[in-house]
Amino acid sequence: MAVMVDTNITSNSSLSRAREAPSGNVSDALVRFRHRWIPTHIVGELLSKSWIDNIVPAVILALIVIIFGSIVPNFFLPANVSDGTRQIGEFGFVVIGMMIVVVGGGIDLSVGSNFALGNLLALALTNMYDMPVAVVFIAVVATCSFIGLINGVLVGVFKLRAFLTTLVMLIGLRALVDSLLLVYALDISAGFYDNAIWDFAGAGDVFGIPISFVLFVVAAILMHIVISRTRLGWHIMAVGGSRRSAHNAGIAVRWTVCLTYVLSGAFCGISAFFYAARLGNGGSYPGVGLEVFALTAVIVGGISLGGGRGSVAKAVIGAMIVQIINLGVVQLGLQSGAGQLVLGLILLAAIGFDVRWVKNRDKILSRVYMSPTYFALPASPVTEAGSGSPFAANDRLGKVEVHGLGQLDGPEDVIFDSAGNLYCGDRLGNIMRLEGPDYKDASVFTHIGGHPLGMAIDREDNIVVCVGGMGLYRVRQDASVEKLTDETNRSLFSIIDDSRLRLTDDCDIAPDGRVFFSEATTRFDMASWPSDALESRPSGRIVCYDPNKKTTRTVARNLTFPNGITLSHNAQSILFAESWACRISRYWFEGPKAGTIEHVIENLPGYPDNINRASDGSYWLALMGMRSPALDLALRMPGFRRRMSQEVSIDEWLYPNINTGCILRFNEKGDVLESLWDKTGANHPMITSMREHKGRLYIGGIFNNRIGSVALDGADKNWTGPSSYWGRT
Amino acid sequence: MSGFLKNVNQEKVVFLLFIVIFILFSVLLPGFLNANNLVLLMQGVSVLGILGAGMCVVVIGRGIDLSMVATMAISVAWALQLNGEGMSLPLALAIGVGVALFVGLANGLLIAYAEIPPLFATLATSACVYGFGRFFLIHTDLVYVTPGVGMLVELGQGRVLSIPMPVIVFAAIAAIVGAILHFTKFGRFTYAVGDNYGTARVTGISVRHVLVGQYVLTSLVAFVAGLTQAMAISSMNTRISDTLLIYDVILVVVLGGVGLSGGRGGIRNVVVGTLLIGTFLNGMTIMDVQYTMQNAIKAAILLAAIMIDTIINPRDEQTSQHGDI
Repeated sequence: MAVMVDTNITSNSSLSRAREAPSGNVSDALVRFRHRWIPTHIVGELLSKSWIDNIVPAVILALIVIIFGSIVPNFFLPANVSDGTRQIGEFGFVVIGMMIVVVGGGIDLSVGSNFALGNLLALALTNMYDMPVAVVFIAVVATCSFIGLINGVLVGVFKLRAFLTTLVMLIGLRALVDSLLLVYALDISAGFYDNAIWDFAGAGDVFGIPISFVLFVVAAILMHIVISRTRLGWHIMAVGGSRRSAHNAGIAVRWTVCLTYVLSGAFCGISAFFYAARLGNGGSYPGVGLEVFALTAVIVGGISLGGGRGSVAKAVIGAMIVQIINLGVVQLGLQSGAGQLVLGLILLAAIGFDVRWVKNRDKILSRVYMSPTYFALPASPVTEAGSGSPFAANDRLGKVEVHGLGQLDGPEDVIFDSAGNLYCGDRLGNIMRLEGPDYKDASVFTHIGGHPLGMAIDREDNIVVCVGGMGLYRVRQDASVEKLTDETNRSLFSIIDDSRLRLTDDCDIAPDGRVFFSEATTRFDMASWPSDALESRPSGRIVCYDPNKKTTRTVARNLTFPNGITLSHNAQSILFAESWACRISRYWFEGPKAGTIEHVIENLPGYPDNINRASDGSYWLALMGMRSPALDLALRMPGFRRRMSQEVSIDEWLYPNINTGCILRFNEKGDVLESLWDKTGANHPMITSMREHKGRLYIGGIFNNRIGSVALDGADKNWTGPSSYWGRT
Repeated sequence: MSGFLKNVNQEKVVFLLFIVIFILFSVLLPGFLNANNLVLLMQGVSVLGILGAGMCVVVIGRGIDLSMVATMAISVAWALQLNGEGMSLPLALAIGVGVALFVGLANGLLIAYAEIPPLFATLATSACVYGFGRFFLIHTDLVYVTPGVGMLVELGQGRVLSIPMPVIVFAAIAAIVGAILHFTKFGRFTYAVGDNYGTARVTGISVRHVLVGQYVLTSLVAFVAGLTQAMAISSMNTRISDTLLIYDVILVVVLGGVGLSGGRGGIRNVVVGTLLIGTFLNGMTIMDVQYTMQNAIKAAILLAAIMIDTIINPRDEQTSQHGDI
C-alpha cells in the first residue's frame, strides 16, 4: 500500500537510503501482510453509507422466508408464490403511501377505511354502473386522493395532530362505508361485470408475474426516484427530518405535508382497485386493520417514526415481511391469534433493534471508521545543529521581519500577483491583501467562506485558490469569486462517494491553463486531519481541472496526504509533497514519462507541506512539523494506534507535531541544498508555505497570526513568481 | 365571565358543549331527562370512563397505551375461564391481575428502557397479548361468567342507592386516579415527565421508574374495567380487542382536553369527555340513530374538538418537537 498508481515507480533520491524492512521479524511481517491485503477500512466505509440501514430488514426478510419456507408445506409452490406476490403488490402500494407520510413526519391511520371506500367504489362502478375500467381506475384513485387531501389540509395546512386526525378519518370513513354497504351490498353482489381488462387487473400475469406486482415494482422505482432524486422528495425528507429547519429554510412545510397525505390516499386507491378486481368482495371486512399492518411494515422496514429517515426499498422489504408472515400463518392453518402474536413479536423485535441501531450507529461508526495501517519509515535524518547535515538546525529565521501581525489568522499560503501585491487566506474565509513594498497592513480583499489554502496566479493575474471543504475557486483582480470545480469523476470501485472534493489543499497551473491540485484525503474532512495522519493510509489524490474543456479528472490516486504542489521549472511535471509519507514525488504530465510518478526525496526529517519555485532553478519546501521517534514507531504498530483511537480522547492522541518546522531548498535531482530554521521559536517556528519575491522569502503558517519575510543572500532581486510562470515582470 | 373567556380551553369548551347538548336533548327529546335514563346514560359509558381514567395517566406522561383493550380482554377472560374450570375465585383474579401487571410492566420496560416509542411498543404488545392469550390460554372467543364468581357479579349488575355499580366503580377509579395524580409524588412526577422528559431527568427524577409505574397503573385499571364489563354483561368477548374501542378510549381522553403532547389535563377532563360522549350516545339511541351513523357523529365531534384545540393552542413551528405526531 505504498505509492500505488497504475504505472511503474522509480526512486532517484540521493537521500534515500536502502529501504530495507525495519526489523524483519515474523510478527512484523504478519502485521504488514494483514494491513496490506485485508482491507478492514471497508467496514467503516460500508457503515457510513446510508443504504447500510437496509441490511437489518433484509436479514429479517431472509430469515422469515427461510423459516416459513421450511415449516409451511408447499410454501414455494408456484401457485402459492404467484398468489403471494399478487397480494404483496396490493399491500405494497399502501405501504409506500404510508412510508411517504411517515418520512414526512406524519402518520396516516385512515388507510384502512380509505381502502375500504375505494374497494366499495370500484365494485359499485363496475357491477352496478358498468363503467369502463379506465374510468373506474381514475374515479377510485381520485376519490381516495381526495380523502387524502382532506387529511392533508387538516394535518398539513391547519396543523392538526396527525395521529388523531387520521384516526378520526378512520372511524368516520368506516362508518360511511358501513352505511353505504347497508344500502348497496345487495346490488353489488347481484351485478356482474364482464370485462377482459378488469379480469386481467385482478388475475392477469405479465411473463408469469402478477400484474399488480409488476405495477408495484414500477411504482416503487418511480417513487424511489421521486424521494431520493427530486426536489419534492428532498422537501419531504427535510420536513420530516426537522420541521423547524425546513420551515426556516423556506420550504413550504404545510403544503409539503399536505401532499404526502394526498400521495398516501392515491396509493390506497390503486391498491383498492386491484383488490376489488381480484376478489370482488364488498363485505365489511376489506381494509380492517390495514393501517396496523401498513404501519408494521413501515416500522419493520426500518423507517423511523417521526420522519426524515426512510426509503422505498425499506418500505418494500417491510411490506414483504409482513405479507409473508400473514400468508404463512394462514397457510399453516394456525388457530386465531397466532398471526397476531408472531406479527407483534416481530414488530417489537424490529423496532427495538431499530431504536438501538439509530442511537448507536454513529458510536459504532466512530469506533470502526478509523483504520490505521502499517507504515514504516527509515530512521530520521540528523537535524542537530552543527552536524553538517543539510537539515542541520540554524537560526536564519530568527530575525524575520513580521507583516500584518495580529491582522491575519491562519495564512496557510502566501502569493504575489504581477503588480507585487501579497495575498494570503485566513481562517475566517477571507482572502487578505497586503500592499507593497513594505507589506505592513492587511485588508480584506474578498470573502470566500471556506478556509483558503494553497494558491496560484494564472496567466490573467487571477488567483486560483484551493478552499478546504469547498473545492477549487478563482478570485479575479476585481475581487469577484467564482467556483471552478468542486467534484471529480467517481472512482469505479470506491465505497465512499469520492466525487466531491473534501480537502483540496494546494494547486499549480500548467502553461496550457490546466490546474493540478491535490486533495489530501478522501476519507476525512478538513478538521479531522489528525485522524488521517494517524491512519497513514494513502487515500489522497491529484486532480486536474481543465478550464478549456471544463472537465475535472483524477490523475493519480492512493497518495499519502498529498499536500503542496508546484510546477517544475521545465513545466513538464509537477512536484508534490506527501506529508505523512515524508517524501516528495514527481508526477509527469508531459514528455516521455507522461503519466508516471517517481519519488524525488524520501525520508525527510519532517512532514512536507507547500513547495514553490526558487529563483535559481531549485525549489523551496516547507516542513510544517518534525518527525518524532514515538510516532515513527507507532506507525509500524497499527493495532496500537487503533486501540489509541478507540480508548483515548482525541486530544490525547499521538499525532504529528506541527508546531516547529523549517524551510528547505532542493534541486531538480532531489538534493537538499540548505535549510532555514527559527531556533528561538519566537518569530516564525510554524511554517506551511513560503514564496520568493524580489530577493526576499515570505513565509506563511496555518496557525500563525502573521507573515514573516527574510532577505535571501545572492538571490535574483528581480525574480518574481508571475515572471517565472508567465514571463511577465 | 370575562375570566372564563380569557382562559378558554378545551375542557371548558367541551363542558359548555356538554351543557348545551344536555339542555337541547332535555328539551327536544322526550324521555331524556328522567332519572332512569340518566342512570342508563352513565351506566352505558362507565366502562369507557374507567378505561379513559387509566389511559389519561399515560397520556399525561406523554405516552399512549394501545394495548389496554387487549389487556383487559385477555386478563379478565383468562381469569373467568380459570374460575369456570374450578379454580378458586381469589386465585383466578390474582392470576388475572398478574397478567395485567405483567403486560403493564412489559410496556413500561419497553418504553422506558428499550426506548421504543409508546405508540409502537403498545401496538406490538397489544397484538402479542391478544395473540398469545387466544393461542395459548383461552379456548373460545367468548368466555361466559359462571356462577362461580358469586357475589362478584354485583360489581357489574348491583346497585347502591339505586346507582348502578359500574358508575360507582367509575367514580371510585376516577377518584383514586385523580388522587394519585394530584397528591402523590408519583403523580406529580408523571406531569413533570410528560411536560418535559429531558428536564425531568436532569432535575433528578428517576424518569424510567415513573414511566414503568404509569403503564402498570394503566394496565391494572384496564383489568378493573374488564372485570366490571364482564360482570355487567355476564361474558367477556376477546374479540373486543379487534374493535375500535381503543380509539373510543383515546377519544374520551383527548376530547376532555388531556393533551397528547403530555403534561396537561387531569381526571376532570376525562370525566367531562365521558359525560359528553355518554350524552351523545344516549341521545342517539333515543333518536334511534344507526350504529354506523353514531360512529360518524362521534368522529365529527372529535374532529371539532381537535380543531378547537389547534385554534386555541396553535402549533408553533419554532417550538414543536421532533416526532410529535
